[in-house]
Amino acid sequence: MLYVVIAFLCLAILMYLLLGGADFGAGIVELITPGAVREKVRTITYSTIGPIWEANHMWLIIAIVILFVGFPPIYTMLSVHLHIPLVLMLLGIIGRGTAFIFRHYDAVKDDMQRVYNLIFTYSSFITPFFLGVIAGAMVSGQIDPNAPDFYSAYIGSWLHLFSISVGIFTVAICGFLAAVFLIGEVEDEAIKALFIQRAKVLTFLTFISGGLVFLAAEIDGLSLTKERFTDWVSLSFLILATVCLVILWKYLRTGHKTICRLLAGFQITLILGSFGYHYFPDFIIVKSGENLSLFNSAAMGLPIETLGWALLLGSLLILPSLFYLIYSFQRRPAEL
Amino acid sequence: MDDLIAARSQMALSMAFHIIFACIGMVMPFFMATSHYKYLKTNDYHQKELTKAWSRGVAIFFVTGAVSGTMLSFELGLLWPEFMLYAGPIFGMPFSLEGTAFFIEAIALGFYLYGWDRFNKWFHWFTGVVVGLSGLASGILVVAANGWMNSPTGFDYVDGKYINIDPIAALFNDAWFTQALHMSLAAFAATGFAVAGIHALMLINGKNKVFHWKAFRIAIVYGGIAALLQPISGDISAKDIAVRQPAKLAAMEAHFETSKSASLLIGGIPDVENKEVNYGIKIPGALSFLAHGDFEKEVIGLDQFPEDEQPPVMITHFAFQIMVGLGMIMMGLSVLYFFSTWKKEYWQEKRWFLWLFVLATPLGFMAVEAGWTVTELGRQPWIIYGFMKTKDALTPIPGIQVSFMIFTAVYVSLSAIVSFLLYRQIKSLPNMEGEQPIVNQSSTQH
Repeated sequence: MLYVVIAFLCLAILMYLLLGGADFGAGIVELITPGAVREKVRTITYSTIGPIWEANHMWLIIAIVILFVGFPPIYTMLSVHLHIPLVLMLLGIIGRGTAFIFRHYDAVKDDMQRVYNLIFTYSSFITPFFLGVIAGAMVSGQIDPNAPDFYSAYIGSWLHLFSISVGIFTVAICGFLAAVFLIGEVEDEAIKALFIQRAKVLTFLTFISGGLVFLAAEIDGLSLTKERFTDWVSLSFLILATVCLVILWKYLRTGHKTICRLLAGFQITLILGSFGYHYFPDFIIVKSGENLSLFNSAAMGLPIETLGWALLLGSLLILPSLFYLIYSFQRRPAEL
Repeated sequence: MDDLIAARSQMALSMAFHIIFACIGMVMPFFMATSHYKYLKTNDYHQKELTKAWSRGVAIFFVTGAVSGTMLSFELGLLWPEFMLYAGPIFGMPFSLEGTAFFIEAIALGFYLYGWDRFNKWFHWFTGVVVGLSGLASGILVVAANGWMNSPTGFDYVDGKYINIDPIAALFNDAWFTQALHMSLAAFAATGFAVAGIHALMLINGKNKVFHWKAFRIAIVYGGIAALLQPISGDISAKDIAVRQPAKLAAMEAHFETSKSASLLIGGIPDVENKEVNYGIKIPGALSFLAHGDFEKEVIGLDQFPEDEQPPVMITHFAFQIMVGLGMIMMGLSVLYFFSTWKKEYWQEKRWFLWLFVLATPLGFMAVEAGWTVTELGRQPWIIYGFMKTKDALTPIPGIQVSFMIFTAVYVSLSAIVSFLLYRQIKSLPNMEGEQPIVNQSSTQH
């Protein structure tokens, strides 16, 4: 049953990165769109993600519940040592979710819209950035339960080049996903061309910032590069991801909606898979070397058993209805 | 302000806001589904507009409830990591089920809000019902988790370790039913009165009278029935905590000394130093009766507990008095409403009648806040009653005051914006006096 729980944890993280990420990315795309067509971008964003965005963010809750029920030492370690980036990420989540709904449900469309838009776009940037920082910090080996002072315990644990570069990489990934996703929703040729161009910029950024992650790892003295290039499975994942990227570039021109989306999703899955495979089963790399893994921190026995059953039963209800929801609104987007 | 007080204040503040958003988000879908049902049955244009208007409210409150709930799921760890380290696996069952319920609610809401004229009309209506049911289920599950903190079961505590964990036993702890019943009724009563109050105010304004009457009736019937049932649930709760958490009952009643034939205290200012109560009304034997169903029985007082295991008396007592008092007022208003419908329909045209309900708008939520104050403060100094103290669960990171200030600012501004949005939504309701539907912006907005 432990493996069932781990599988759901991986699924929740992947789904959050893909669906939630595309969602954040919509804000990022809006941020880098010229003012003149922003309103159009907003409309497209709303009609595409409006019906499903709330469900997208449930994946985060599922992941966090799995962590605190099944792997409490991991949850606790994160909450203590990454307190500050977690709070910043939470502020982003609040700002984004509420601004997205407020701007739509404000019965009067006046200057308040500018406030909502500002909050929406910037928190769309901040949230994935800190998510990335947190992910980076987890594997950076800078988390130190025996830290002697405030700085090394609560700031040094996440404020370093590697985590920051993972943060930037995450932002780029989200923007990239959204841009590829939105291309399929546009009828207007001019906007489509703009989106394709933005998707290319973001693909390029994803590539660059991905390289930056390795560079930062070198500078910070993490042996990521060396280890990665000797770990054949995770290396081949990365190579395959890069191949996907090349194919994607080709298809972006012709703009084939489904293939582009699948490729983009597959590519991100590969990147996450490469990271995941590389570290598995370790979840938090601790300075002292006493890493927290999904095995040594699992609440074995009935907690994991019941959690596994709850997830299995829950997914019987959730997955079919979620697919039906996405399918229904894919076939015919929500009208405004 | 030390870190412990800051962390407790931040938690209290987050809960206080979340409970309002969550209550409305879980109860309003039922109102919405009711008016929607009436619309489907009678094809009444007002009911359709009402359904749409309420569904916009549901959307706003669902999101604020969801983000504030997401925050809470992190804050549990950010503020009380020691608690979560041990409690997570034990009381996690309701949370993992709640995750499912919440997910279903989000999916159903997607179908409902965007599903007008897309799906079979009864399927569409049904998704609205699912929003309500899964919201209610979420609420019950989360309250069951809180029940476990009051009545920890499902583990053995040996040498400082929590072993032999049984999450199912923890889910069905002794407090889950009484607390979940009391809270569900409270959510219906509070939301019902709040919504009815707002529509009563619109009725006084005089625009769209027929529309607002239909809205008022639906809301007050839900709220009124819940308010009438609440005293029964309160009685079950009182008898339950008299046995399970006597210190809490003693603090609620400022009952300092264990005594037989204990008297019920109404009002009064507890003097904690001298262990006495000034200015209160005492009804002899009534506390014994309410707690144990017998006017003679002994009721345990605070003297049975060491100083450092006593909950704060003053605030717990006041909060309890406020909750009961407001509950009584709401019960009275419910009687008034049902009586007028039955015998004195012309009262409903009177301004005084409407004004009573306008004034009652916030009462339910004030009672909810007061009630949670009783539950949470009455459990202190424990976070897991009898096993772990709140101060031992506190995060080691210093400077929680800063995060308390940030969260305060966030919640205050969120509430301000939500109120502002609701005000604008209500103000922009179209004129619906005529029989014929008038095309307007709100009917094109989903």
